[in-house]
Amino acid sequence: MPEQLIYAMEVFLNGLMAGVLYALVALGFVLIFKASGIFNYAQGVMALFSALTLVGIMDGQVPFSHIINAVFGTEIHHFGWHVPALLAILLTMAVMVLFAWLVQRYIFKHLVGQEPIILFMATIGLAYFLEGVGDLMWGSEIKKLDVGLPQGINLPIETFTDGIFGYGFFIGNLDLVATAIAILLVAALVIFSQYSKEGRAMRAVADDHQAALSVGVSLNFIWIMVWSVAGFVALVAGIMWGTNSGVQFSLSLIALKALPVLMLGGFTSIPGAIVGGLIIGVGEKLFEFAIGPMVGGATENWFAYVLALIFLVFRPQGLFGEKIIERV
Amino acid sequence: MFYREAGDFKTTYTDDNQTFPIKFDRYRYYVVLAVAFGVIPFLINDYWANAFLLPFLIYSIAAIGLNILTGYCGQVSLGTGGFMAVGAYACYKLMTGFPDVNIFFHIIAAGGITALVGTAFGLPSLRIKGFYLAVATLAAQFFLVWLFNKVSWFYNYSASGQINAPERFVFGVPVTGANTEAWATYLFCLVFLTISAIIARNLTRGMQGRKWMAIRDMDIAAEIIGVNPLRAKLSAFAVSSFFIGISGALFFAVYLGAVEVGEVFGIQKSFLVLFMIIIGGLGSIFGSFAGAAFLVLLPVVLKLIGVDLLGWPTDIVAHFNLVIVGALIIVFLIAEPHGIAQLWRVAKEKLRLWPFPH
Repeated sequence: MPEQLIYAMEVFLNGLMAGVLYALVALGFVLIFKASGIFNYAQGVMALFSALTLVGIMDGQVPFSHIINAVFGTEIHHFGWHVPALLAILLTMAVMVLFAWLVQRYIFKHLVGQEPIILFMATIGLAYFLEGVGDLMWGSEIKKLDVGLPQGINLPIETFTDGIFGYGFFIGNLDLVATAIAILLVAALVIFSQYSKEGRAMRAVADDHQAALSVGVSLNFIWIMVWSVAGFVALVAGIMWGTNSGVQFSLSLIALKALPVLMLGGFTSIPGAIVGGLIIGVGEKLFEFAIGPMVGGATENWFAYVLALIFLVFRPQGLFGEKIIERV
Repeated sequence: MFYREAGDFKTTYTDDNQTFPIKFDRYRYYVVLAVAFGVIPFLINDYWANAFLLPFLIYSIAAIGLNILTGYCGQVSLGTGGFMAVGAYACYKLMTGFPDVNIFFHIIAAGGITALVGTAFGLPSLRIKGFYLAVATLAAQFFLVWLFNKVSWFYNYSASGQINAPERFVFGVPVTGANTEAWATYLFCLVFLTISAIIARNLTRGMQGRKWMAIRDMDIAAEIIGVNPLRAKLSAFAVSSFFIGISGALFFAVYLGAVEVGEVFGIQKSFLVLFMIIIGGLGSIFGSFAGAAFLVLLPVVLKLIGVDLLGWPTDIVAHFNLVIVGALIIVFLIAEPHGIAQLWRVAKEKLRLWPFPH
């Protein structure tokens, strides 16, 4: 087999793994969008915030210690205990549920019935707010996140491909775990929304707010639940990316990467988010591999957007989105 | 008492159609202009020019531009930073390519080039709407920044990848480069802002502005009553990008002098200008000024209170800035979706009845 093709295959596989992570973030968007029509720009910052909180709880950091120290002149930083990973994840989840309740109670309750673009801008404001709060609570330095996920290169795959092609593929353990978790998560979400009572209520709300309200579904409860689920998805994405490259501000930028995924797959479709994520992940890696060296590299910054833009001109609702019908 | 139409008789159609129909408003406008042109240049110092006045003037132009697109024509754009970069780099290439031409024309031409680029990126707006379009404009943002970073022709193959504004003169006074004085740069930007604001104000209250607003309020209905959506949307993109390009050129040439594109014209800049028009007021020229002034002043004031008065570390104050800006956006969207401009309008309405409100 020619060498270039083997490299391309490796790039393809790595693209698939990256695509799964994009899809994971995009899922959070789709959930909220379907249930409440809110396009939640803050999803990426939620991932950052949840990862920060997780690290903070695990290390026993004192929240807002920077301000407390600045105002009262004290020198407190840590409680001095370490919380096991699983318990910390549960506690973080509780924080995200609280966050979901606060967001619903104090922001989106007052914005019901507004135009989608107003809601979108409100979530941009929310993103800024949450980013500031996260930094104030836990400090803005880069943190290491380790909840016991395997890292480094996967040896069995390397030796296996080395035996076949004479060249070992470099595929990270973490990527494999992330893929498995993403698949599990998607399956769980599908089962939840298809077979549980709350899931059915969620789909009813997504179909028609008023009809759902008239058969006794509590919109408020559903929205809080959806934001909590999105918080959970954000937490999972935050753990994956945080383990990979440390918990830092750039984590919140994955939200920007998820946007073209959504546009490609359609805002309203869970399969769309997954397929879109895979297409973007593979597409940008292969593009960088094939065309990148010719134009100076770093094409990953914009390739996804331009692909989505060109695609949208021909199919404005995305791959799997509902057809947009407009009436006067 | 004095803030009302009574006694101010209009005898011609021109009188009837003027921008400020109330006498008090008219005089206030002249006074503001007189103070801006005649008083401030004598009082200005370097600190105030760099910390507040120059960014305020330049961001106001950008906010007016974005307000035409988003506030009047209803097309949300997150590509403002990218378009400002186009203005800056166009200005740089023109300044170094044609050193004999006055910089005034370079900046106008930079605006024109940005208008062309903006129109090209506005083409998808005919097919996609709402936040699909908002995300599509992100393509412009990232692609343009990447382009200016990677293609060395744009920065004249300089080793640092930065662009530096050479020294240029207007009427023998330096306005760019290292030896500028505060009053000269201030007046230079102020001239651009005044002209931009007058053009924008008259465009938006004329036929073109009404077409834009018709498209904003409901594009299909607008099409049925005879507004050509292609022309209306693309003209909004062109005019908006023109102003944004001018502000980008000024930001680079007059205010900063040296620019590294990813840092200065990144996505944060797009959000900043968007926040200005949300807080100031969507669909209002005055709102563009108010929003720009507010968001330029906020960090300055916070720094004064937090760092100088309370002695907190700078990073905490910077984080507080984020929290406050985010919270303000949400509060304004909930409580007053039309921004500071609406507060101003309500105040004027009250003033007309004062002191006998019934």
